[in-house]
Amino acid sequence: MLKKKMLSRNSKGRFTTYGIVIAAWIIMEIFMRAGLMSSHLEGLLVPMTYYAIVAVALNLCVGILGELSLGHAGFMCVGAFSSALFSLVTDGVMPDGVRFLIALVIGVIVSAIVGFLIGIPVLRLNGDYLAIVTLAFGEIIKNIINAMYLGVDSKGVHISFESQMALNMEPEGKTLINGAMGVTGTPHDANFTIAVILLLLALVVVQNFIDSRDGRAVMSIRDNRIAAESIGIPVTKYKMLAFTISAAIAGMAGVIFSHNIATLQSTSQYFGYNVSIMILVYVVLGGIGSIRGSVIAAVILYLLPELLRGLNKYRMLIYSVVLIAVMIINWAPKAIEKRTAFFDSIRKGMKRNGTA
Amino acid sequence: MMSFLTSFVNGLSLGSIYAIIALGYTMVYGIAKMLNFAHGDFIMVGCYIIFIFSSNLGLNPVAAILIAIVLCTLLGITTERVAYRPLRNAASPLAVLITAIGVSYFLENLALLIFGADTKSFTSVVPWAGISLFGGSLQIQGITIVTILVSLLILIFLQLFVHKTREGQAMLAVSQDRGAAMLMGIDVNKTITLTFAIGSALAAVAGALLASAYPSLTPYTGAMPGIKAFVAAVLGGIGSIPGAMIGGLVLGIIEILSRTYISSQLADAIVFGILVVVLIVRPTGILGKNIQEKV
Amino acid sequence: MKKKLLSIALTAVMAASLLAGCGGSGASGSSSSGDTFKIGVIGPLTGGAAAYGTAVQYSAQIAVDEINAAGGINGKQVELKAEDDELDAQKSVNAYNSLKDWGMDMLVGCVTSACSIAVSEETKNDNMFQLTPSGSALDCVKYDNVFRVCFSDPAQGAASAQYIGQNGIASKVGVIYDSSDVYSSGIYQTFAQEAANQGFEIVSAEAFTADSKTDFSVQIQKAKDAGAELVFLPIYYTEASLILQQANTMGYKPIFFGCDGLDGILGVENFDTSLAEGAMLLTPFAADATDELTQSFVKSFEAKYEITPNQFGADAYDAIYAIKAAAEKENVTPSMSVTEIGDAMKKGMTEISIDGLTSTGMTWDASGEPTKEPKAVVIKDGAYVSAQ
Repeated sequence: MLKKKMLSRNSKGRFTTYGIVIAAWIIMEIFMRAGLMSSHLEGLLVPMTYYAIVAVALNLCVGILGELSLGHAGFMCVGAFSSALFSLVTDGVMPDGVRFLIALVIGVIVSAIVGFLIGIPVLRLNGDYLAIVTLAFGEIIKNIINAMYLGVDSKGVHISFESQMALNMEPEGKTLINGAMGVTGTPHDANFTIAVILLLLALVVVQNFIDSRDGRAVMSIRDNRIAAESIGIPVTKYKMLAFTISAAIAGMAGVIFSHNIATLQSTSQYFGYNVSIMILVYVVLGGIGSIRGSVIAAVILYLLPELLRGLNKYRMLIYSVVLIAVMIINWAPKAIEKRTAFFDSIRKGMKRNGTA
Repeated sequence: MMSFLTSFVNGLSLGSIYAIIALGYTMVYGIAKMLNFAHGDFIMVGCYIIFIFSSNLGLNPVAAILIAIVLCTLLGITTERVAYRPLRNAASPLAVLITAIGVSYFLENLALLIFGADTKSFTSVVPWAGISLFGGSLQIQGITIVTILVSLLILIFLQLFVHKTREGQAMLAVSQDRGAAMLMGIDVNKTITLTFAIGSALAAVAGALLASAYPSLTPYTGAMPGIKAFVAAVLGGIGSIPGAMIGGLVLGIIEILSRTYISSQLADAIVFGILVVVLIVRPTGILGKNIQEKV
Repeated sequence: MKKKLLSIALTAVMAASLLAGCGGSGASGSSSSGDTFKIGVIGPLTGGAAAYGTAVQYSAQIAVDEINAAGGINGKQVELKAEDDELDAQKSVNAYNSLKDWGMDMLVGCVTSACSIAVSEETKNDNMFQLTPSGSALDCVKYDNVFRVCFSDPAQGAASAQYIGQNGIASKVGVIYDSSDVYSSGIYQTFAQEAANQGFEIVSAEAFTADSKTDFSVQIQKAKDAGAELVFLPIYYTEASLILQQANTMGYKPIFFGCDGLDGILGVENFDTSLAEGAMLLTPFAADATDELTQSFVKSFEAKYEITPNQFGADAYDAIYAIKAAAEKENVTPSMSVTEIGDAMKKGMTEISIDGLTSTGMTWDASGEPTKEPKAVVIKDGAYVSAQ
């Protein structure tokens, strides 16, 4: 059902995108160093960046691959938990930097594997059916981790889906995942600079993918699967490739998520379908297929409810009204018509003034 | 055996509520080709309206439900006109989906402002206690029976309406090919408005039954049943009216049985797991039509 | 054209946020204003848990209004500001940072455990005094700058099991808990551990999750089939009110036994309180208690907000008064820096004893845990009566 009519955005702009990100990073760093930034904004920088990374990942899936996924929060969840577990176990064993790097690699690889495995059944479906199955997988991941108890003692690893007591651990054993209570005490390894570096990494990977032969193959499948198949493009292989990369990048965002905050729980407010939908909002508002748009929209939309804090209990109401209004202004054919006419008249006016 | 029957009946009760909600989802999807994510919140609005008129103002529950139906219908039509119609021909179908999410946030937060966050207890609109079989070892609640009957009645009504009336025929035509329908002189806008009116009226009925069976009311009451019903509609084959009914019942029964016999902690994962399996075996749901893609 | 519009919007937001940045820059480190105490509250004010967050916000406000009317703390007026965390630990930290920019001196929060733990990582670095009214997980008070008003989850679980065992209330116990909730699964965990020592048997332990909490027929049926005489509900009253109604329609009438989360069940609008007849709660607060303090608090709360307060509110009310007592003990003034206040309050908290809504003679030790007596109450004729 989700016919994508957009053409791939001109990829010449990729360096502009990197430039914007780097410039934003420099400005923020200067303000931070000079002590000019409010602690509120300072605390928002990292979450803003990891949501931008997931938005880029989801845009690869929705905009480039052309398949609607409502389960990307699940991949984040996998990345967050797998890396947090590693960091927790090796806390104090190795230097912080090395530990985070290995945790990052683990998070990305585990979520890529999960993405690959989920991709096998999911990508056989189409349209809304595919969307609902990704939603289902996201919920399954969340639910399983939520019900999981994991601990280590001298006898090895214990796992249970019932309760902490059912782990039957020795008294000095360490509970790593405590069911709904999740993981506590993950080291605070992530910071804004690391997050920005990873955002740039995600951008480079996605942009290079789009501009590569593989990327063009994926977009040809999006635009006309049957035509693509008929010229010998292995459809399943390319779909799997794009989906797996997308899952891996979402997992990377999860790694930053879990290393930025002391508590990690597999519950709806962090990894439920509503979070996947929130990320989809970033992607659609930023422009489907526009990688830069995703980054910008994620930043603005994450900041918006936070900046509206002053409005107290009205803020989520206002946020929703803004969301509806922006969608109509940006997407309604009539609004676009009027907007184009308006800007044309301004341009004409300016030209006239210039020649006069 | 008796405990299986009890679970089965409980599943039927939950499933028939999912079914009514799913009918609303599927109607709107089939004709307007959009996922109305705010449908669950229309239900919540319906619940609050009934609560105010029957519990607070002491009106007869039936009258309260009628008022709720009227108000929900108005809400549905207004939402469609203001938020959805401008985006009907947008470049991407995702645009209207996101707007529906915005409407959902809007309704939830508006209810939060008006009614507050604290739970309200709903008085069942069905005072009948129900029947007891096999010497009291199997009890079927009145609300369960009423819900199943009402969902069947709605199913029959919708089938007759769609297949026997001019308006229903127009809906079918619009759902098959909007452009062609327009060429045949069908007023597409009017048809879609009518669909929203019916879908929202169904939401009010679903609200009355949902809150009677599970009598607690918060601004987020509709959200989770809404998403489950959406899953049910897809399971049954989205766009298909009997499919929504079957999908709802199947989902409710699976949910209760997996909680009874497998694990209450992992029940959600199991329900979604079964959905995945069904869709892999039948990629367009139980009753969905498999439309062959042509070049 | 869309790109351009977005860029314009981006620039606008950036500019706005930078302005916000400049405005608040002086706040971190020392208090910006010297003549009022600024106390921050963090909790879920929107979303599914909003009932708990707003209860804390409202009750803290009542306590602050009373204190201000009576001359303030050490002669200084108190300002209160509540921020929403939507039950999200990350947003809780955002809320904390936002309050810091406002010039907060002390924090009452967070309302829920996971948020409280996440924020305590930040308050530890700032040495900000943090008093959580209702963050009951063990880890909430792991740092020395964090104290709490409520009981810890293990304390509640163990105390409930002991109460049931020692009073011989039941020999077969069923449990229905929320496995996706920190509070609920925390209590269940210690309850089950302690049950083994108390000579009663847990015959059924069934969970539900945040995603499936409308239908409880399975959990109730299992407890009924297992012959449980008592059903332990370590959950919040919203779900409990549903369970009570469903159990009633299923013709199952065991003793229901809950913890502090169950308090508030009689306040659910339109709830048939006869269903809760005979239910027992181990709670430090009951809105129907007859002591003068509770009555005046409930009265002013109901007059102002038109709902009945619950134990979250009572904890928050006591939190504000504990802050007042500790600040007066150590002569804390708003002109002190955040970390000076933190040090003074840490000392002050261990020296006070207050008679609050949730207990008389409440004291704290340096671990941050309160010492208070849980009260067992039973619901009789639609009101709480203490069970002796």
